[in-house]
Amino acid sequence: MNIQVKDLYKNFGDFQAIKGVDFSIEEGKLVGLLGPSGGGKTSILRMLAGLEEPSSGQVILNGKVANGLTVQEREIGFVFQNYALFKHMTVFENVAYGLKVKKVDKARIKQRVEELLELMGLAQTINKYPHQLSGGQKQRVAFARALAPKPKLLLLDEPFAAIDAKVRKDLRLWLRNVISEFGITTIFVTHDQDEAIEVADELLIINSGKVEQQGTPWDIYHRPASRFVAEFLGNSNQLISPVTLKGFEILQKYQDGQEWKENSSVFIRPEWIEIRPLDVSYQKNAGETAEVTHVHFRGDAWYIELQLADLKLFTSLSINAPRYQVGDQVNLLIHKLSIFSDVGNEIAGNSLLNVSLSYHI
Amino acid sequence: MRKLLISATWFLFILIIIFPISFIVTGAFEEGWSGFIEALTRPEALHAMKISLYIVVVVTIFNVGLGILFSLELVRGNWLARWVKPVINAIIDLPFAVSPVIGGFMIILLYGPETVLGIFFASFGVDIVFALPGMILATMFVTFPFVVREVVPVLEEIGEDVEEASRTLGASKWRTFRQVTWPSIQWPVVYGAVLTIARSLGEFGAVLVVSGNIINQTQTVTTLVYQDADYFNVVGANSLALILCLISIVTLLVLDGLKRRQEVLRSEHSSEGSV
Ligand SMILES: Nc1ncnc2c1ncn2[C@@H]1O[C@H](COP(=O)(O)OP(=O)(O)OP(=O)(O)O)[C@@H](O)[C@H]1O
Ligand SMILES: [Mg+2]
Repeated sequence: MNIQVKDLYKNFGDFQAIKGVDFSIEEGKLVGLLGPSGGGKTSILRMLAGLEEPSSGQVILNGKVANGLTVQEREIGFVFQNYALFKHMTVFENVAYGLKVKKVDKARIKQRVEELLELMGLAQTINKYPHQLSGGQKQRVAFARALAPKPKLLLLDEPFAAIDAKVRKDLRLWLRNVISEFGITTIFVTHDQDEAIEVADELLIINSGKVEQQGTPWDIYHRPASRFVAEFLGNSNQLISPVTLKGFEILQKYQDGQEWKENSSVFIRPEWIEIRPLDVSYQKNAGETAEVTHVHFRGDAWYIELQLADLKLFTSLSINAPRYQVGDQVNLLIHKLSIFSDVGNEIAGNSLLNVSLSYHI
Repeated sequence: MRKLLISATWFLFILIIIFPISFIVTGAFEEGWSGFIEALTRPEALHAMKISLYIVVVVTIFNVGLGILFSLELVRGNWLARWVKPVINAIIDLPFAVSPVIGGFMIILLYGPETVLGIFFASFGVDIVFALPGMILATMFVTFPFVVREVVPVLEEIGEDVEEASRTLGASKWRTFRQVTWPSIQWPVVYGAVLTIARSLGEFGAVLVVSGNIINQTQTVTTLVYQDADYFNVVGANSLALILCLISIVTLLVLDGLKRRQEVLRSEHSSEGSV
């Protein structure tokens, strides 16, 4: 299903929850709505489903304005955060519900439900009641129930929020596969950026009732359109006060005495920072000497804090890389940094890195 | 000390429950079985039973139906402004707070033969006050909170999600109510209905005021007991009182059974993941 949202507003009493949202989503895409709590993700999803009436603006589904359509007419599957299973019905009856409503004949219902439950790995639970299921199983029943009537669009509100970290990781990959198998257009809400980046074809970053950015996870991560996105997605070093960094003369442009010019922010992603031994020979001059102040084991990587003159930076290092100790002097190379300001946003590369080798022997 | 407390409890129990009941029983059978049967089968007793039955049936049907609708609107209705709900919530308890006699007077003041409403209904040949409709209204007023008070908390607890889920699966409002909402509220509704029955049967003050207690016309079993006692008809009063008493005991047992059933259901649902 193609989705288009035009100039959508939603007020709850005096409170403006959604303030002019525009986006469009192509058929077959798996889209993540990501943003901080209270940003309006659930409200947008509910307006798409018809569970909430927009205060103004249009929801266009497959080219037709859907504002006047009832929930039932939209044929949109919705998976609620707390699953909202029918507790007095068995797993079979839960999944069959939407099909019974559609008056599908009994044999077909049985076949389809069993097929779905098989696919979900729930064949054993077919006659159980929701209170007899684990969180992950309930989640999958809710998912099967939403898929059973073959909706044209699937909406998932924080589908994994109540599931513990390990199961969650398996479940989201599984979900991704199932969805791509069905080829159904899907929008899911999440707080968790790893989840969003891992699962979604496309992300919509939602903040205080507005869309901050839409794009592929790669694009958004590497080319954030606003300060908010840069801050929100991934952990970044944010430079609080102006510094001069070797190779980044451009920073001068954004400085004003002891302050960044109004509304300027500078971010350095941890993966843009390279730690090299002090006696490195390759492009040594592009880096600066810094001291390791903190080393912390993170399971799959080292988390390292460094002091570069007045500046505190953090980065991470593969556990296979050479080890550094607290107090070690290292050559710190900053590849890029991103700057957001009123006059425009840019990602600046280290100017010294581009000079030819012969320049500094 | 403990012993003293136990004996005090027994003393009270005997004083306020066993003693009156045995008094009613001896009173009822003062003239033996035949006296008891005769007291119950007097024309005015039979008529009073019929009136009481009418009231109980009509009031229960209306209050269950209205109670469910009212609860649904109160909890789910989004046309009600936020601040209105607590106010309505408080008003529902009004019949608990004011004396039933005052409830009765309100009906007389509203629907009495000289009022606008009274004249309006009289033009259709319907008398409200000093007739069955008024008695039904008075009893409805007194018993309205029972169903609502049972159903509202359950609706709040189950939340709107399951109903919304049902709608996204294409189910109509009515189907959603029948298959999703009703199974959750059916026992609270029955519980509220049983309380309504018990109270409608026993209601005295409001009905006495509204009915005028006209023998063979607007007399209920309860008001007949009052009249019998007034006229020193010991056997008559006690026989009817005994019947009311027995019905109350049965009602209480039914309530207890329902409560237990609800607790079993609830504990089943709260023992998540234990299987
Ligand atoms: N029914 C409602 N009445 C009043 N305010 C509401 C209602 N629903 C949502 N809001 C408000 O609208 C804003 C957006 O809410 P919404 O639930 O859409 O946020 P969200 O992005 O889904 O947040 P979360 O990640 O915490 O679920 C919030 O400030 C919330 O308080
Ligand atoms: Mg939400």
